[in-house]
Amino acid sequence: MAFNTETMTINMGPQHPSTHGVLQLILELDGEVVQKATPHIGFLHRGTEKLSEHRTYHQVIPLTDRLDYLAPMSNNLGYVLAVEKLLGITDQIPERAKVIRVMMAELTRLKSHLVWLACHALDIGAMTVFLYCFRERENIMDFYEKISGARMTSNYFRVGGLSADLPEGIEAEIRAFAESMHGHVETYEGLLTGNKIWQKRTQGVGIISKEAAIDIGLTGASLRASGVDWDLRRDNPYSGYEDYDFVVPVREECDTWARYHVRLEEMRQSARLVLQALDKLQGLQGAPILADCPQICLPPKQDVVNTIEGLIHHFKIITEGFKPEPGEIYQGVEAPKGELGYYLVSDGSPRPLRMKIRPPSFVNLQALPQMVEGKMLADVVAVIGTLDIVLGEIDR
Amino acid sequence: MTPEVLTLSNSPLLFTIAMLVKILVAFAVTMLIVAYATWCERKIIGGMQTRMGPTMTGPKGLLQPIADGLKLFFKEDIIPSEAYKTAFILAPMMILAPALISVAVIPFGNDITVTWDGVSYIVPLQITDLNIGILYILAMAGLGVYGIVLAGLASNSKYSLLGGIRSSAQMISYELAAGLSIIAVFMLSETLSMRGIVEAQQGALWGSISFLPNWYIFTQPLAFGLFVVGSMAEVNRTPFDLPEAETELVSGFCTEYSSMKYALFFMAEYANMITVSAIGATLFLGGWGGPFLGWMNFLIKVFAFMFFFIWIRATFPRLRYDQLMALGWKVMLPLALANIVVTGVAVLLWQ
Repeated sequence: MAFNTETMTINMGPQHPSTHGVLQLILELDGEVVQKATPHIGFLHRGTEKLSEHRTYHQVIPLTDRLDYLAPMSNNLGYVLAVEKLLGITDQIPERAKVIRVMMAELTRLKSHLVWLACHALDIGAMTVFLYCFRERENIMDFYEKISGARMTSNYFRVGGLSADLPEGIEAEIRAFAESMHGHVETYEGLLTGNKIWQKRTQGVGIISKEAAIDIGLTGASLRASGVDWDLRRDNPYSGYEDYDFVVPVREECDTWARYHVRLEEMRQSARLVLQALDKLQGLQGAPILADCPQICLPPKQDVVNTIEGLIHHFKIITEGFKPEPGEIYQGVEAPKGELGYYLVSDGSPRPLRMKIRPPSFVNLQALPQMVEGKMLADVVAVIGTLDIVLGEIDR
Repeated sequence: MTPEVLTLSNSPLLFTIAMLVKILVAFAVTMLIVAYATWCERKIIGGMQTRMGPTMTGPKGLLQPIADGLKLFFKEDIIPSEAYKTAFILAPMMILAPALISVAVIPFGNDITVTWDGVSYIVPLQITDLNIGILYILAMAGLGVYGIVLAGLASNSKYSLLGGIRSSAQMISYELAAGLSIIAVFMLSETLSMRGIVEAQQGALWGSISFLPNWYIFTQPLAFGLFVVGSMAEVNRTPFDLPEAETELVSGFCTEYSSMKYALFFMAEYANMITVSAIGATLFLGGWGGPFLGWMNFLIKVFAFMFFFIWIRATFPRLRYDQLMALGWKVMLPLALANIVVTGVAVLLWQ
């Protein structure tokens, strides 16, 4: 006897607890098996690229905070590096600024990965890891607040350096945190790695082959878990990453389990990098944090309030901005979620003619349909978690 | 004249009074535990997750369950316009009622003697001692599925439907394993009455090892393990909370429910937890036997069971649907059957 069966279309998101924001997935289900998955994006579109065409180069930095809101300083870093490249002042950035940038970028990677692990575990049903991760993330948020004044929208880096030096005593706090991080990662592993259910839920789930990963343009941990040894920090270094000693973890399994291990190892390596940066900072006490480029960088605050020359200097940069030579550049950085690229076109005016952002999540999301089709509904949330997407940078 | 000890059935009036009191007490205590199980769960998991749990309502948040109840009571009761009304309203009651009814056959203490008019009567601390107690409990557990399936169907929502389908498949498969594990117990006790099973567990282990009680957890460890896993699946607790898997199905079968009906689902979940804990304590941990007063021992065992369930929730991730079914049919069912065979052979050789 033949039954007349049909598939069921369900609308997952944008209001759904585990689509990490406002992702909408149209799923075609045969029972619990996903036949077809279509991601719909754009619910968080704020027109970042277009907005930046009407702002001076400095005014764009706060917009970049809001791309991947879980890793604001990585976005800042990519943008300021791109502008510095456009201006041709990359080699004039003071050493202390470069080291602090690396330290903050690595703390940001830790912060982003902690949220990833928390949400990924929660999606699969492990509630406790979620709260442990957020406990550690809170420490990084505190550092953010002390250093930049804001917990999420940091807006800390400047073209040419940093907006302010580190507050007194913060190095010791960061060192204590980075040293404890290894033990915390062990705790997460203790709750998850050996757990039979966790293994069953992640091994062999969401497979993306090496070739497919390269075809799609996957970057970050997802690419490295598919056996491609590629990390911009090592292979195309920026901001002095070539002076640090770190390992790029690579796994061959191509599944969620591999991505889980790669990211955990990255957390350990990030903690190592933070410690190395702190060691470097000890020899750079009191060194300048802003490049000596009066056309581009703001004068020190005491000059602005005490001298008329300083005030005029400050006024000129704030109102007019600076004018890069006409040209175009691309700068990519290894953000926590993959390669974050900024493509800038200048026509010689103080505003970018065009800014194109290459957000890693946007590209990584394209792997979702082929990772979940033919799998169970429960795997969809596992795969969304493992891809580590943030809708802020997908929709821009 | 020697003092007479009679059963209650000799005095219809006393029988009725005792029955009403027992029913009221059992119901009130169960509901109280239901309310405070939520508070305990939040405090215990909070402690495990470096949080505080409820703190604002009353000292140490002790009034939180009451506040929750009041809030849900005063919320608007929404019935979706596309829902099947009768079934939609019936479903939450159909889940709660079987959970509470099962408590009727669970003995919660020793017999007590009451003297009335010069005559002593024995009052058993059990609402009723059915001679087919276990079968009755299995039947009631089976009824609980209907509520969830109906809730899923009647909501006329796809997420609810998926939750309903998941739970029907899950509860049917795990009831088999849990039920089969219980068979091994009453093969040893040679009675189906809950009271009889508890009485069979008194005394020293196998009549010889004096420092251990003769609980079936020692004679039937495998059956105990199967029962615990099976009952966890039956009450839809982590790692088997698929029917209401929040991160997959929003809220599963209770997605469309609000107000008191939603509260009923929650009460049912905890009432079920209490029921299976009580069954577990009766069948495997010697019921009311132990160092303290009968009902104290019994409550301690029930709470230990519930603590275990809460602990598991803080520790484990959730299984996937196909893995859940594979575990139920390919691992637990064969193990339960093998356990019955081994027990049968052992009992035969013993005789």
